[in-house]
Amino acid sequence: MASLDRVKVLVLGDSGVGKSSLVHLLCQNQVLGNPSWTVGCSVDVRVHDYKEGTPEEKTYYIELWDVGGSVGSASSVKSTRAVFYNSVNGIILVHDLTNKKSSQNLYRWSLEALNRDLVPSGVLVTNGDYDREQFADNQIPLLVIGTKLDQIHETKRHEVLTRTAFLAEDFNAEEINLDCTNPRYLAAGSSNAVKLSRFFDKVIIPGFPDRKRFGGGTLKSLHYD
Amino acid sequence: MSFLIDSSIMITSQILFFGFGWLFFMRQLFKDYEVRQYVVQVIFSVTFAFSCTMFELIIFEILKVLNSSSRYFHWKMNLCVILLILVFMVPFYIGYFIVSNIRLLHKQRLLFSCLLWLTFMYFFWKLGDPFPILSPKHGILSIEQLISRVGVIGVTLMALLSGFGAVNCPYTYMSYFLRNVTDADILALERRLLQTMDMIISKKKRMAMTRRTMFQKGEVHNKPSGFWGMIKSVTTSAPGSENLTLIQQEVDALEELSRQLFLETADLYATKERIEYSKTFKGKYFNFLGYFFSIYCVWKIFMATINIVFDRVGKTDPVTRGIEITVNYLGIQFD
Repeated sequence: MASLDRVKVLVLGDSGVGKSSLVHLLCQNQVLGNPSWTVGCSVDVRVHDYKEGTPEEKTYYIELWDVGGSVGSASSVKSTRAVFYNSVNGIILVHDLTNKKSSQNLYRWSLEALNRDLVPSGVLVTNGDYDREQFADNQIPLLVIGTKLDQIHETKRHEVLTRTAFLAEDFNAEEINLDCTNPRYLAAGSSNAVKLSRFFDKVIIPGFPDRKRFGGGTLKSLHYD
Repeated sequence: MSFLIDSSIMITSQILFFGFGWLFFMRQLFKDYEVRQYVVQVIFSVTFAFSCTMFELIIFEILKVLNSSSRYFHWKMNLCVILLILVFMVPFYIGYFIVSNIRLLHKQRLLFSCLLWLTFMYFFWKLGDPFPILSPKHGILSIEQLISRVGVIGVTLMALLSGFGAVNCPYTYMSYFLRNVTDADILALERRLLQTMDMIISKKKRMAMTRRTMFQKGEVHNKPSGFWGMIKSVTTSAPGSENLTLIQQEVDALEELSRQLFLETADLYATKERIEYSKTFKGKYFNFLGYFFSIYCVWKIFMATINIVFDRVGKTDPVTRGIEITVNYLGIQFD
């Protein structure tokens, strides 16, 4: 019933943005009651129906690796974290809507995770600064999630959402803004849930038709069966 | 006239220090965070500015720069402002922010922070009771009372910090204390860590699938709520949920193990870096310094024990004695 191959998705972001709450909500459909600091990495598993509703429906386990820490950590902690970045199928970038620095740090997070994967193929990274071309070349699907939406006052909501829209565009990724303490945001049938399941489909089979990039091309059949 | 010139010099230097404190706060302390309450930044910069000004005034006093009466005036003003900030503002704001974080007391923040501040003042006052400073000349609400208490607390903290630094410094610098860490050790530990993560994942997969089949069969996993719910759950429990609790316990143990392995790996990486660092010139220099300081520490402890045992009063410290020797015997001129 379930695929034997591993589908691994990293959940990255600054300390305290709500990654553990998000992962708990995604995997167990319940709100996390007592969030505490994540030391190292915590993993959770989500059961995902690939291509739900079609005759090709298949159930996959998606592993969500929630890596804790901050971009400014000591290099010893960074080297230890790097062991989790092997063979990643997708990355979820989490930032806090009430904290601008956390969204700025997402560039550094994505570089940290992607460089680990790019090194074997021989692509050189020059100075670690954000380089748009690196992301254009990137095959790993990204998703940007903004948390703590309930703490933004109604009047400021519009400017915050425009800022995050630019951010998601920079990564060439979809974006979801929600509040991890309220399961309503990911209720079945809502646009957030649709975006989420589209992202997971892209993660499972890379090359899933993405109208932004491939202009509605054919499905590349890189099957894992 | 000279008073005005002196005051303008002092005020310019104060503004410079304020700006420096502001920048330091923004660039170093809050590099990865966003400042929500600007009050904190302002208080930090003001305290920093006034502390630096006091230091500057002492230097001016030694070098005899600026007019004597204006120096005295600025000194008194600075002292008053610093005492005001240290005793009134900073504790009050610390209490206020602590109270704001507790949800229960959110409505009456001000009241509780005032209460906290009054408790602080009570203990602060009690601290100075054993001191022999209350003289009829000065009265009870004078500056001397505050300064003496602040001074004592400050000196104690400084002594603690320097003691800690004196012991920590050789320990960090000297390569004698470094374990030998090879790449193979690190790789082996990383492999164990990844294996543990894999075990956690396979158990969670079983749990997720069990939960899903239970949900589809219609038995929703209810947490026992209320008194009767708890009693009922003791006797009757679905086999699925029993399995779940067992697996959950195993997962908890494995997660704890993975955390420990992660911390050990980070530690090994840090040790490896220290070994690399100690092989460079800077590292060797620090290593030598470490030996020097540790010998000095041991000498100090030895002398202090002898002083206590033989009840001698220490006259001059080694640095002063060293300078005396160089001036008298070697003829080097010191101002």
